[in-house]
Amino acid sequence: MSSKSVQQLDRVVIRFAGDSGDGMQLTGDRFTSETAALGNDLSTLPNFPAEIRAPQGTLPGVSSFQLHFADHDVLTPGDAPDVLVAMNPAALKANLRDLPRGATVIANTDEFTKRNLAKVGYDQSPLEDGSLESWHVHPVALTSITVEALAGFRGLSRKEKERAKNMFALGLLSWMYHRPTQGTEQFLKSKFGAHPEVLEANLAALRAGLNYGETTEDFSVSYEIAPARMAAGEYRNVTGNMALAYGLVSAAHRAGVPLVLGSYPITPASDILHTLSGLKRYGVTTMQCEDEIAGIGAALGASFGGAMGVTTTSGPGVALKSETIGLGVALELPLVVVDVQRGGPSTGLPTKTEQADLLQAMFGRNGESPVAIVAPRSPADCFDTALEAVRIATTYRTPVFVLSDGYLANGSEPWRLPSVGDLPDLTVEFATAPNAVDDDGTPVFLPFLRDEETLARPWAVPGTPGLEHRVGGIEKADRTGNISYDPDNHDHMTRLRAAKIERIAASIPDLEVDDPSGEAKVLVLGWGSTYGPIAAAVRSVRNTGANVARAHLRHLNPFPANTGEVLRRYERVVVPEMNLGQLALLLRARYLVDVRSFTRVRGLPFTTVELADAIVSATQEVTP
Amino acid sequence: MTTTDLGMPTHGSAPVDPRGGTALVPRLEEGATTLTKKDFTSDQEVRWCPGCGDYAVLAAVQGFLPDLGLRRENIVFVSGIGCSSRFPYYLDTYGMHSIHGRAPAIATGLATSRPDLSVWVVTGDGDALSIGGNHLIHALRRNVNLTILLFNNKIYGLTKGQYSPTSEVGKVTKSTPLGSVDQPFNPVSLALGAEASFVARTMDSDRKHLTSVLRAAAEHRGTALVEIYQNCPIFNDGAFELIKDRSQQEARIVPLAAGEPVRVGAEGERQVLVRRPGGGLSFVPEAEVDGLEVVVHDPGAEDPSQAFALSRLDSTAMTHVPMGIFRDVQRPTYDDQVRAQVAAAVDTAGGPATEHDLDRLIRGKDTWVVRS
Ligand SMILES: Cc1ncc(C[n+]2csc(CCOP(=O)(O)OP(=O)(O)O)c2C)c(N)n1
Ligand code: SF4
Ligand SMILES: [Mg+2]
Repeated sequence: MSSKSVQQLDRVVIRFAGDSGDGMQLTGDRFTSETAALGNDLSTLPNFPAEIRAPQGTLPGVSSFQLHFADHDVLTPGDAPDVLVAMNPAALKANLRDLPRGATVIANTDEFTKRNLAKVGYDQSPLEDGSLESWHVHPVALTSITVEALAGFRGLSRKEKERAKNMFALGLLSWMYHRPTQGTEQFLKSKFGAHPEVLEANLAALRAGLNYGETTEDFSVSYEIAPARMAAGEYRNVTGNMALAYGLVSAAHRAGVPLVLGSYPITPASDILHTLSGLKRYGVTTMQCEDEIAGIGAALGASFGGAMGVTTTSGPGVALKSETIGLGVALELPLVVVDVQRGGPSTGLPTKTEQADLLQAMFGRNGESPVAIVAPRSPADCFDTALEAVRIATTYRTPVFVLSDGYLANGSEPWRLPSVGDLPDLTVEFATAPNAVDDDGTPVFLPFLRDEETLARPWAVPGTPGLEHRVGGIEKADRTGNISYDPDNHDHMTRLRAAKIERIAASIPDLEVDDPSGEAKVLVLGWGSTYGPIAAAVRSVRNTGANVARAHLRHLNPFPANTGEVLRRYERVVVPEMNLGQLALLLRARYLVDVRSFTRVRGLPFTTVELADAIVSATQEVTP
Repeated sequence: MTTTDLGMPTHGSAPVDPRGGTALVPRLEEGATTLTKKDFTSDQEVRWCPGCGDYAVLAAVQGFLPDLGLRRENIVFVSGIGCSSRFPYYLDTYGMHSIHGRAPAIATGLATSRPDLSVWVVTGDGDALSIGGNHLIHALRRNVNLTILLFNNKIYGLTKGQYSPTSEVGKVTKSTPLGSVDQPFNPVSLALGAEASFVARTMDSDRKHLTSVLRAAAEHRGTALVEIYQNCPIFNDGAFELIKDRSQQEARIVPLAAGEPVRVGAEGERQVLVRRPGGGLSFVPEAEVDGLEVVVHDPGAEDPSQAFALSRLDSTAMTHVPMGIFRDVQRPTYDDQVRAQVAAAVDTAGGPATEHDLDRLIRGKDTWVVRS
């Protein structure tokens, strides 16, 4: 091995940045996989433009992938990179402001041409004018070294050779951090198996990168990060969208009903449609419909027929689905609506994250139209949240929102694999026989006669003899479901539908508070994908000796039964959200507690530092 | 009105499904007491206006459904919103009165996930062609196994009389006091343009014709669109008077019969449709057809252009109104193919997925083990 020195680190944040066409997402994915295989805990954050290929070399065309890995548990993708791989001047310029002084920059000098510099407004090359003095810069002629390393590949054009430069970069970084590359080699073999020359070129570029680190003077130190202590078990790395898709399939399996997805493509939700479309072997039916309205319509139609109807979308799609969600509320049928939130309003920031659809999910329909809402807290947690959504939908015969977001959707983390057989039993029971007798004592079926405990109505599917009935969006008479315009009946039914959703609280765990000292006066309460950043910030504040409590809501409607009591236990409640205070609004209205919002809508997860600052000021306010 | 054997046109290498529309729907057992109209009549009071054409269609459907020989619980009516869309409440089958324009989408999900159901859609000219136009054309193009009854009264009935996408230009209504200015749709032309595999037109007042068209539509595997001219005596009375009035009817209605020349008019005044050398169609007196190319109706023709040309005979002036089946061809249905893909995937894998299979799925190819 090398005569170079090896340093031990406990954590590293790397950001790969380049042009959309440079393969940075792939490079990041591969590095992540190598890191997972080594046993570090990790969290990732891809960040890409909405345009598929913005003009080459421009700032809007920059795509990046950030990875945080450590020898301890990792809660966020990291505030700021320790290492930036910049494939061109645009990548450097777009990311430099996130880079703390002293961090490392690996820059592809071949791309720092006059023309490329001019494209992003550099008069002079920052690699040469001294402006990067505060950083450790490694100028590497990534492109030309790659091309040179591939000189023997006569069947490949220069362009094709250049394309392998991301594998060279991956090789170099793999050397720097002692990552095993067998997985990547396997991956390349299955990806390029049909093109032996391309495969060999990529493998050669990867090895050239490793050798470059090994032999060049410029890189004198490499780093080791010991495996993290994680609960025993088998792990994989998983993105939120994939975990969500797998959760839906597993839940339908546990419920004993087919999964039927009606969807329309939209960023950042499309990958769920893609994944489920590939799962026909598991009995999954997917329909790419003509629009979002048709997608949810098909899902609701399938639910009427006894399937688990699911629709997946993002905020703009939810806007279109609202009327059908209302129909689902009126029909009282199971339905899961997955909203992978992105920046809004309107088209907003399609590829960036936000949590600003909470109130849309809660109230975005005409009439009193309550639905259940759950939100996953991390990529792997999307799996469990999907199960919970299916449980609530089938038990209470109601539409259920899953509020994921762009960060969870594309971000990834290690996931300790569950065994499907050990998941909760979600078996559904369909109505098969009359449930009442009429005045003459004849058995009859009342489609709106409710279960006393859950207030759910029977799920009687077409094909069941003797239970023929009609449902519709017009107000129904209690019990019979016949059309009714009676004022008292409407008042009664409106309250019943609301009460049914409230009943869900009886089936969910209490809100748990993490307050190790028991002395905290400040509670930080989050929901959804802010879980990791909040946990990291609370940890860093506690490390300074301050006491703070932390809690996280998975259920947004209804809230856990003890929520009000928890809020009132603390002098100050801080609610960080990636919106302008939507959960805070609900909590204030519901519990009359003066919760304080801390909000950012930058299309990115909170940084640990900004959250920690906010928490510290809250503790200072309550502790004179 | 008769339907003839329509033959089995081939469509390249795509498999053609010879099964009828209800082939996968459970039937009443041999010898079981047959159902009657009464079995299909719900206990709900019908609430259309007196004289509304919807009554006649309801009676025809209730009377005809027993003929299908299907189990009642396997029949589902899904409707949108409008007077006509109240239809499901009055039938003692499974039913869903959904939201405005969306019934074809909902029915698509139901039909795709439940091959054992006979799924019917009831919709109006506003419901199907305004707010729900998108879902209608996509159901037609996909060829989902559905029977769509489009009640065309050329008006918005339920919202009290605004003009609709089938109202004639110049229509004076509450929302168009100076007359409407927009060109109407011809639902048959629209459906043909949307790749429909079955398109027919019939009328509320002709029970016999209505029933025969419904039967052919139910037998069709794929989306069958049936336009039903329906009188709204309250907001658009007499919209179809020109073809209902016995003294004019024969001169205006063009009955479509497969394999027959396309004719109009009473004995003695009969005219025959011919194709002019330039390609255009026109009626000429029967006595003058020698040497001209007589148009013979062929609903099974793969090329829809003649059916389309027939649909264009009907100007809003109702000079010549073809009635009957314009097109009835077989092509693979969406739902059959979606199910076939799932079934093939399951078969290839050796049967339905077990928990073990799911465990393997979620493991993926790249895992690692942490030991305690
Ligand atoms: C989203 C929505 N928009 C508008 C309406 C009001 N609306 C109900 S029925 C209807 C038109 C119905 O016309 P048509 O489909 O021709 O049915 P008809 O009543 O004539 O049978 C309208 C505009 C509605 N119910 N929902
Ligand atoms: S308004 Fe017209 S279409 Fe509606 S019920 Fe009355 S007559 Fe029938
Ligand atoms: Mg109408």
